[in-house]
Amino acid sequence: MLGNLSMDSLPFYSWVAMSGAGVTVIGGLVVFVLVTYLGAWRYLWTEWLTSVDHKRIGIMYIVMALIMLVRGFVDAIMMRAQQAFALNSEGYLPPEHFEQIFSSHGTIMVFFMAMPFLTGLINIVVPQQIGARDVAFPFLNSVSMWLTAAGAALILVSLVIGKFSQAGWTGYPPYSGILHSPGVGVDYWLWALAISGVGTTMTGINFIVTILKNRAPGMGLMRMPMFTWTTLCTSILMAFSFPALTVVAVLLGLDRYAGMHFFTNGDGGNMMNFANLLWIWGHPEVYILILPAFGVYSEVVATFSRKRIFGYESLVYATACIALLSFTVWLHHFFTMGSSANVNAFFGIATMIIAVPTGVKIFDWLLTMYRGSIVFHPSMYWTMGFMVTFVIGGMTGVLLALPPADYLMHNSTFLVAHFHNMLIPGALFGYFAGMNYWFPKAFGFKLNETWGNRAFWLWIIGFYLAFMPLYVLGFMGMSRRMEHYNVAEWQPFLQVAALGAVLILFGIICIIIQLVVSVRDRKLAVDSTGDPWNGRTLEWATSSPPASYNFAIIPDVRDVDAFAEMKSRGVAAVVPQIYEDIHMPKNTGMGVFLGGGGFVLGFAMVWHIWWLAAVSLIGVVVLLIIRSSNDDNEFTIPASEVEAIEKQRQYTPFTTTADTDKIAAGTQAGQTVPGSV
Amino acid sequence: MTHKRCQDTGDHVKKTAGPQLSRILAVFLPAILLAGCAFNNAPILNPKGPIALAERNLLLTASALMLIVVIPVFIMAFVFAWRYRASGGKGKYTPDWGYSTFIDAIIWIVPAIIICILGYMVVQSTHALDPYKKLVGKGEPLQVEVVAQDWKWLFIYPEYGIASVNEIAFPNERPLSLRITSDTVMNSFMIPALGGQIYAMAGMTSRLNLIADAPGQFAGRNTMYSGEGFSDQHFVATAMTDEDFKAWTDKVKQSQRSLDAAAYASLAKPSVANDIEYYSGFEPGLFETILAKYAARPAHSSMKSGQ
Repeated sequence: MLGNLSMDSLPFYSWVAMSGAGVTVIGGLVVFVLVTYLGAWRYLWTEWLTSVDHKRIGIMYIVMALIMLVRGFVDAIMMRAQQAFALNSEGYLPPEHFEQIFSSHGTIMVFFMAMPFLTGLINIVVPQQIGARDVAFPFLNSVSMWLTAAGAALILVSLVIGKFSQAGWTGYPPYSGILHSPGVGVDYWLWALAISGVGTTMTGINFIVTILKNRAPGMGLMRMPMFTWTTLCTSILMAFSFPALTVVAVLLGLDRYAGMHFFTNGDGGNMMNFANLLWIWGHPEVYILILPAFGVYSEVVATFSRKRIFGYESLVYATACIALLSFTVWLHHFFTMGSSANVNAFFGIATMIIAVPTGVKIFDWLLTMYRGSIVFHPSMYWTMGFMVTFVIGGMTGVLLALPPADYLMHNSTFLVAHFHNMLIPGALFGYFAGMNYWFPKAFGFKLNETWGNRAFWLWIIGFYLAFMPLYVLGFMGMSRRMEHYNVAEWQPFLQVAALGAVLILFGIICIIIQLVVSVRDRKLAVDSTGDPWNGRTLEWATSSPPASYNFAIIPDVRDVDAFAEMKSRGVAAVVPQIYEDIHMPKNTGMGVFLGGGGFVLGFAMVWHIWWLAAVSLIGVVVLLIIRSSNDDNEFTIPASEVEAIEKQRQYTPFTTTADTDKIAAGTQAGQTVPGSV
Repeated sequence: MTHKRCQDTGDHVKKTAGPQLSRILAVFLPAILLAGCAFNNAPILNPKGPIALAERNLLLTASALMLIVVIPVFIMAFVFAWRYRASGGKGKYTPDWGYSTFIDAIIWIVPAIIICILGYMVVQSTHALDPYKKLVGKGEPLQVEVVAQDWKWLFIYPEYGIASVNEIAFPNERPLSLRITSDTVMNSFMIPALGGQIYAMAGMTSRLNLIADAPGQFAGRNTMYSGEGFSDQHFVATAMTDEDFKAWTDKVKQSQRSLDAAAYASLAKPSVANDIEYYSGFEPGLFETILAKYAARPAHSSMKSGQ
C-alpha cells in the first residue's frame, strides 16, 4: 500500500539528520500556526496562491528562493565546518551524511535558489519593462511556479522522510545507478529536477512569447532595456536546454526503475552519454543563471551612475553571442574523459571565445560609470563587488579552458572556487542588486540601505575568505568533496574558508534584518512616486506597487531609456483624458492543484507507491482537460474603475534643480544616441 | 530632496571606505603569508616531471596574459567609482554620452587578440600534452594496467607478471604508460606532481603517459567522487632508480599471494583505506576480463529463446 515507505524512513538514526528534519517540520508548523493565528488563509489563497498576476508570482518565487538560500547555506556551512576539523579524523559528519549535504547544497542552490530568484525578478520586472499588462500566458506562469515549488518541496521532504541523493548535484552514473545508489535519494533528486525542469521550460517559452509579442508600440528589439534582452536570451536558453535535462532524467530513471543500461554499468551502458547530455543542458544553465544578473547590473549601473548605458548595441550583441556560444562548450566540463586532442582543443577555444563578449560587457559597465554621477546605493555596491570579483573567476575560467591546465585542476577545490566565483558574484550578487533595486516597485517602500550595505560587505569579504583558500588548496592537490583528509598543510586554509562561511552567515542575517527593519519602518521609506531612483526604463512609469494591470494607458516608446525620454519630453506625468476597459485573467487554483499533483506524483514514484502515482498522473491530466475547456477565464476592469485607481495616484516627475543643472553642464547633452531613431 | 538622499549615501561611503580597506588588508595579509609557505609543498606548483611542468607553465603563462585585461578592470573600477561619485567626485558628468566607436573597438579587439594568442596556445599545448601521446625517455615505456575499484587502485605489470594495490612503482626518467579502466563507478586517476588526470570508466580503456624526473614519492588519488571510501582512496606513486625498481619487482614476486579469479573477486569487494598489497602473479588477460564484464551483450539471448 505504501510502497517502500516504512518507519525506517524517518531519520531516527542520526542526531544531525534528526535535527535537520526537526527544523524543517517545526518551520512548516510555525508558518501554519502563524497563518491560522492571523486568520490569513483566505487572503493567502485568494490573493496570492491562486494569483496569476506576474508580480505576485514573482514575489512568491523570490520568497521561495530566499527560504531555499537559507537551506542551501546551512548545507554549505556544515561542509565548511566538517572540513575545518576533519584532518585525520572523521569530523562530526559520517561520509554518508557529508555526501547528502554536498549533493543537496548544489541541487538546491542551482535549481531551487538561483532559478526561482531569477525567475522571480524576471516576472516582476519584464512585463512592466516592456510596457505590457501581463505575460503572454498568465496561467502557464502560475503552473510553472507551482511545479518549481513542487520540486523544492520534494527536496525539503527528503530531509524528513528518507534520505537525499549522495551522488552529487550532477548525479553522474554509474554511481547514481540503482546498483551503487539503491536508496531513494537519487530518485528524490531525479523527480525534483524533472518536475521543476518542466516548469522552467514553460517559463522559458512564456517569456520568449511575452517579449516577442507583448512589447509596447515603438519598442523595437533594439529599444528593449538590457534586462529584457538578457531575459529573452535566458528564456531561449531555458526553452532549448531544459529538454536535454528532462531527457537525461528520464533515461537515468529508466535505468533505475526498469533495469535498463543507458548510462549504468552493464550491457555496454555508456556513462559518457550522460555527461554529454547533462552538460548540454548544464553549460547553457550557467548562462541562464548569469545573464539575468548581467541584465540587473546593466540597469543598476546606468540608473545609479545617472547616465545612459555605454555601448547598448555592443551589450546586446555580446549577450546574444554568449547565449549562442553557451551551446558550443559543454565538453569543457569533461576534458579529462579522454577525447582526442582536436576535440578538446575545439571546445577549449570555443570556451575562451565566450570570454570576449563577457569582457566587453564588463568594460561597458565600467564605461557607464565613466563620466557618470555615481550614487552608492546597496545595489550599486553589489554591482561593483561583482565586477571586481567576477574578473578573477573569469581568469580562472579561461585557465580551466586550456585542456592541459584542466587536466591538473579538474575535480579539485580550484574548480569549486572557480564556479562559486562565477555564480556568487556573477549571479547571486546580481539577484541581491535586483532585490534592492526593484523592491520599492514590488512593495511600495524602499529597503533599508544601512543593513543592505552591511550585508554586502559581509558577503564580499566572506566570499574572498571562503573561496580564495580553495583556489590555493587546488594547487596543493586537494580534491573536491573530501569528507576527511590526511594532509596537515591543508587545514589552515580550510579553517580560513570556514571563517569566510561564518561571515557569509552574518551577511545572510543582515539581509533578513534588512527585510524586517524595512517592513517595520516602511512608512518612512514610502515610494509614492513609483520612481524612487530616477529610473530610465518603463517599469518606473507604473505606480509602486503597480495596479494589477500595470499600465492604464500603454506607453509610446521612443528610446532605449523609454521612461527617461518620456520624462525629458515632459509626458511622464501627463494624466490621460480617456480610460479604457482592461481585460485581465482571472485567478485560478488550478496552478496549485497541478503543482500539488506533480508533488504527489514525484513522491509516489520515489517510494514506489504505484497506485498513488497513477492516481496523481490521471488527476493532473483531468485537471488539464478541465482547465483547457474553460473559456471563462478573463474579467474586465471597467474604465471608470481604472480611472478611480489612477486618480489616487499622484505622480510628480523626478527632476530636481541639481539634476537639471548637471545635465545642462554635460558636454554632449542632447546629442542623438543609438536606438533613438 | 532626492538629491540630498544621494549626498547622504555618498557621505556614508566616504566614512566607511577607510576602515573597510584596512579590515580587508588585516584579513588578507596573514592569508597571503600563509599561502607563501604552503606553496613550497604544493604539487601543482612544484612539479616533479616534464608533463606536469609543461602544464604548470601553461597555467602561469595564460594567467599572466589575462592580467592584461584583469588589471585595467580593477583600476577602472576603483578610479571611476572614486572620480565620478555623486558626492563630490571631480569627474565630468555627461549623462547622455553612451557610445564611442573607438572605445567600443578597443574593448572588442584587445580581448579578441588575447584569445587568439591563447587559442593558439590551446591547439599547440593540447596536442603536445595529449595524455594518450607516447613519451620519449630513458628506455621503452613501462606498461602498467590500472584498475579503479571501491575504494582502491590495482596496478598490473604485464611485463613482470606482478600486481600491486595502492602502490605504483616505476623507474625515474623512464616513460610510464598507463592503461586505465574501472571495475566500479567512474573514477579519475591522478598523480598531481607528475601530471594531469584521466577518467577511469568501466568497459572502457583510457590512457595516461607520465615521466618522473628523479626518484621520489608522490601522492596519487582518485579525484572523482565515488562513494563512502572516496576520501581515503589515495595511493603511493614511487619513482626509483633502475636498481631499486628491480629490487621492488623482486620483492613483489616473492609475495605468497597470486591474483587468481577468486582472489580478484574478493579484492574487488568494497574496502576503505585498503593496505598496500602485492601479488606475485595474476590471471592471464585479467585487464581484458575486467573490461569485458561491461561489454554490450552480442544479442538478446532472452528474446531469441522466446522465439
